[in-house]
Amino acid sequence: MDELSPLVIFIASVFTSNILLTNFLGMCSYLSVSRELKTAWGLGIAVSFVLTCTTAVNYWLYYYVLVPQGLEYLQYIAFIVVIAAFVQAVEMIVDRLSDRLYAALGIFLPLITVNCAILGGSLFMIIRKYDFIQSVMFGAGSGIGWALAIMALAGIRRKMSRRSAVIPALEGPGIVLIITGIIALGFIGFSGVVQIN
Amino acid sequence: MGISARKIALDGIWGNNPIFRQVLGICSTLAVTNLVANTLVMCIGLIYTQAMSSVTTSLLRTITPYRLRIVTSTLIIAAYVIVLHNVLQAYLPEISTQLGPYVGLIITNCIILGRVEAFAGSNSPAASFLDGVASGLGYSFILLAIAIVREGLGFGTIMGYRLPFEFTHWTIMVMAPGAFFMLGIITWLCRWIDSRSQAAKAAKKK
Repeated sequence: MDELSPLVIFIASVFTSNILLTNFLGMCSYLSVSRELKTAWGLGIAVSFVLTCTTAVNYWLYYYVLVPQGLEYLQYIAFIVVIAAFVQAVEMIVDRLSDRLYAALGIFLPLITVNCAILGGSLFMIIRKYDFIQSVMFGAGSGIGWALAIMALAGIRRKMSRRSAVIPALEGPGIVLIITGIIALGFIGFSGVVQIN
Repeated sequence: MGISARKIALDGIWGNNPIFRQVLGICSTLAVTNLVANTLVMCIGLIYTQAMSSVTTSLLRTITPYRLRIVTSTLIIAAYVIVLHNVLQAYLPEISTQLGPYVGLIITNCIILGRVEAFAGSNSPAASFLDGVASGLGYSFILLAIAIVREGLGFGTIMGYRLPFEFTHWTIMVMAPGAFFMLGIITWLCRWIDSRSQAAKAAKKK
């Protein structure tokens, strides 16, 4: 994995290996919070931030605490605790610092603990054996890619709610999944640019 | 206990199906369904984790402080997933590698936390166990349906066995967009059947 430069990983995780569209992570909040462009933007920012930071913390935790002690099998519990604690801490800090920021991001933070993209980011980092810089770039890229996808969907859904009639049974998750399929097809077009497995 | 066992089971499998009704646990639904064998392992893993963590949460429900309940259930789920992960690595190492991070991601699978939070937190262990198994089965049958179509069209095989006729494989079905399309279509189909049967019931009452 050494030959991959961090920049390549960053671009690949935004476009070609988008964490949402090719690895299907973070689907639950993607489906439920994509009605409004503004909330989608808020959640996207929050996910990018938390994903970047927790990947860094978990990298440190895994390679400097768990591996030397031979406790790799505890990675799931360790990662989920780090994520939950980090989200809680961010929520408290944001609450103290600024009311406006809290109003914009605060409601999304509890949702993030159970967003599988966050845990998935840390697990992929271990499986693909990234070094520290690569991990952080991968975390940031995945977060931005996720934000990009949810904003694209929110824009389409807003347009669609105004002017199109959908069959009742297909309304809601059905049509959203099919639209996502088409967005994913579009993102496959990027796959010639750079490739990570 | 106000709810009968029959109702719990039917609700989990169809009426309140985790996938096409509540739209939970979509990540793994999409990610593991390109091969039927992987899907089967994933489903068994999910049913086991769901049933065990529902029972455990239900047993601990009187002594868990209200504010700590989500953390507690997450840790319970994580503990069972670690067991599952180790068993898979020991006995099915190949499938374990293919499933990759998705076994670990059962922890954040919203079906499990959702059922634990909505049902096991306020019901007896036996009822929670049944609810867990039923939700798991509801999840499994949708997943298997998607997997059979995707593997059949994408690779021309079912469980690795070649289909009896030859055709050009739809490679797109085993790639990401195919997963989204299939799940969208299945959701559509199930909701359509559901709305028709409800309309028929309403017509009978009149």
